[in-house]
Amino acid sequence: MSTLNSSKRQKQRKVLLMGKSGAGKSSMRSIVFSNYVAKDVRRLGATIDVEHSNIKFMGNLMLNLWDCGGQDGFMENYLHHQREHVFGSVAVLIFVFDIESREFQADVINYANIVSALEECSPGAKIFCLIHKMDLVQTKLRQPLFEERAEYIRAASESFRDSVDFFPTSIWDQTLYKAWTQIIYFLIPNASTIETLLQQLAEVIDARELILYERTTCLMVTHVTRGIEAQNPFTDRFERISSILKTHKQSIAKHTGIPAGSANFAEMQIKTGRFMFFITRLTENTNLAASIPPSEQGFNAARINILLARQKFAELDIATKARPGIQEVFTRSAEADGTMGNETVTGSGLQAGKGKGAEYGAGLSGTMTA
Amino acid sequence: MASSYLTVPARRHPENGQGQSNDSRSRRFKPAAQLTLLRYLQDLQDAEVPPSPVQPRFHTGRMPNSKDGDDKPRLLLMGQKRSGKSSISSVVFHKLPPSETLYIETTTRIKKDSMHSFMDFQIWDFPGQVDFANAANLFDVDSIFNEIGALIWVIDAQDDYFDAIARLNATILNLQTTYPNINVEVFVHKVDGLSEDYKSDLFRDIIQRVQDDLSDNGYENAPVSFYQTSIYDHSIFEAFSKVIQKLIPQLPTLEALLNSLCANCRIQKAYLFDVLSKIYIATDTSPTDMASYEICSDYIDVIVDISEIYGWDRPEEEDSGGESGNQDAESLIRLEKKGNNYLYLREINKYLALICLMSEDSPAEKKALIDYNVGVFQEAMKQVFPR
Repeated sequence: MSTLNSSKRQKQRKVLLMGKSGAGKSSMRSIVFSNYVAKDVRRLGATIDVEHSNIKFMGNLMLNLWDCGGQDGFMENYLHHQREHVFGSVAVLIFVFDIESREFQADVINYANIVSALEECSPGAKIFCLIHKMDLVQTKLRQPLFEERAEYIRAASESFRDSVDFFPTSIWDQTLYKAWTQIIYFLIPNASTIETLLQQLAEVIDARELILYERTTCLMVTHVTRGIEAQNPFTDRFERISSILKTHKQSIAKHTGIPAGSANFAEMQIKTGRFMFFITRLTENTNLAASIPPSEQGFNAARINILLARQKFAELDIATKARPGIQEVFTRSAEADGTMGNETVTGSGLQAGKGKGAEYGAGLSGTMTA
Repeated sequence: MASSYLTVPARRHPENGQGQSNDSRSRRFKPAAQLTLLRYLQDLQDAEVPPSPVQPRFHTGRMPNSKDGDDKPRLLLMGQKRSGKSSISSVVFHKLPPSETLYIETTTRIKKDSMHSFMDFQIWDFPGQVDFANAANLFDVDSIFNEIGALIWVIDAQDDYFDAIARLNATILNLQTTYPNINVEVFVHKVDGLSEDYKSDLFRDIIQRVQDDLSDNGYENAPVSFYQTSIYDHSIFEAFSKVIQKLIPQLPTLEALLNSLCANCRIQKAYLFDVLSKIYIATDTSPTDMASYEICSDYIDVIVDISEIYGWDRPEEEDSGGESGNQDAESLIRLEKKGNNYLYLREINKYLALICLMSEDSPAEKKALIDYNVGVFQEAMKQVFPR
């Protein structure tokens, strides 16, 4: 997939959001990408034809989201007159099923039509099916119902049968973030490079966990977990953190009068006897959340090291900084799946950072005790 | 760095002298009971008080006419049936989501809840059908009303309120002779559904009617306060904060402490929160607005949630050579826009947290100074609440 557009500086990834009218496509999009509060989505009207939105993520990923109105008339149009236009060069199709739908069979037929159009125009695409409005189902019935529906839909997925992924979602809890995190992760072209870099950073600052997330959507890009933190009983913590941060962003926006889009905090710290946690800006549009062992010195060193590592991550954002030389390096590394040369360069950069940071930390503690 | 160290003692002195008169304060630093915010969450499950050998001495908020009892001031929730009494106590003290209150069943007997918090108190939720004050032959009125902290009367603003007012006045007049010191707090409830204009008209009308009626019966200047509340926003918490504040004898001391802290650190607004219930027990005396309360309250949510995620019991608590983190949780948020907008939180003791809102003119480099001053404040708090 990455070789497809590699000539372009910025990777435009086309994402289709489809499903029956009223299934909750636009609600979902508004919450994830436009800072809507869940209860505000009732104000949304029906989507007419296609609404486009562009969202810039880290690692030269530009999401080109097509929110397709789901009324039958539009569906016809997509499938016939605009078949090539709509279904061509699609990276991901997100199909939203309403769990409460009375005509599930009809929905699946619709879905099958779209799948065959997709198969024809962009056979390399990936399908995510979201079974939406799960909050309307009783808690104990959710899982079996979800599985039953998923199996049924999978049977109608033709050649995508083995690759299609299913998620139960609801705008009222963090399941929405869970699904979208997976989708974003799939779309990021250089995820492995970012992860390698993060892993190195985590080792250097002795972090228990690092979470890289996009600033406006609060969607996690990727994370690194080290040591015993892997046993953290909260396995849903990533989407929970997305949800917590998003709620907080809205609260800040509401009470300070800053528009929600730009109500970002420059920094957040929580220090307790059991852990230390901070969030700081990493690149143009990502923040890094780090959970580290409780140590004031380690905390200061970690902050400084992240400051130093910013440069390295910024270079991944080719979209913002056109540096042909570096781009070459990364495309090459992406082809070779992380070559040795690249790794050693970044590694040494970080090591140097650590030296300085540790020195700084020691300096600080010196003055504190004096 | 050096200059900020020089200013520290200079700024500390007013704090030391003004807020606290004891010069013989002990200098040795006692680490507060080690805890994390996580522990609050565990407390939430069983709000019943564990037996404590230490008798609470300072914070009973007991009225002079009370007899010896279980030493807990009571908040009585009364009002017409279906006015929202049980919803209020569930939302405020059991953290029930407001939307779930639809399913609460009618209260048929007195429901007693204990809050185990910075100050222990009981909430008694009364069924609305029965008039307790007038049914003296059926109920032991004395046992209900002695040791009372406050009587909260809930009036449904979306319903006909004449009956409610009549009963409220009857109750007040009834209690006036026996328990003249009871604070009566009237919650004009369910105001969320009303328009701004109508809401204030209605509010004024209710105040007018209650006061007229009382003075007609010869009771002038009754100790009755009024609040507009709703469980769907923060107003109910704010109203409860004001009610509880009246029961804290040390409130003037706390306010003086917070005032001097604000003046010395150029803090815009400081709140002392009870983390569990998100009621603030004191704030500095500058004007309060809802927005700053809400922002602080949401901030607590963030910290408690994140602490829950990362504060889990790790199998082997690896001690890195004796060096450990803060005894008391501490947090800050710096906003990107609007200069240096700051939110600062510091755990004061097991139940209380100090939250400060700071604006542009309290710059980031002075964090050490703020930390220090808050440390002094914390010391002072230990003397105010010795528990």
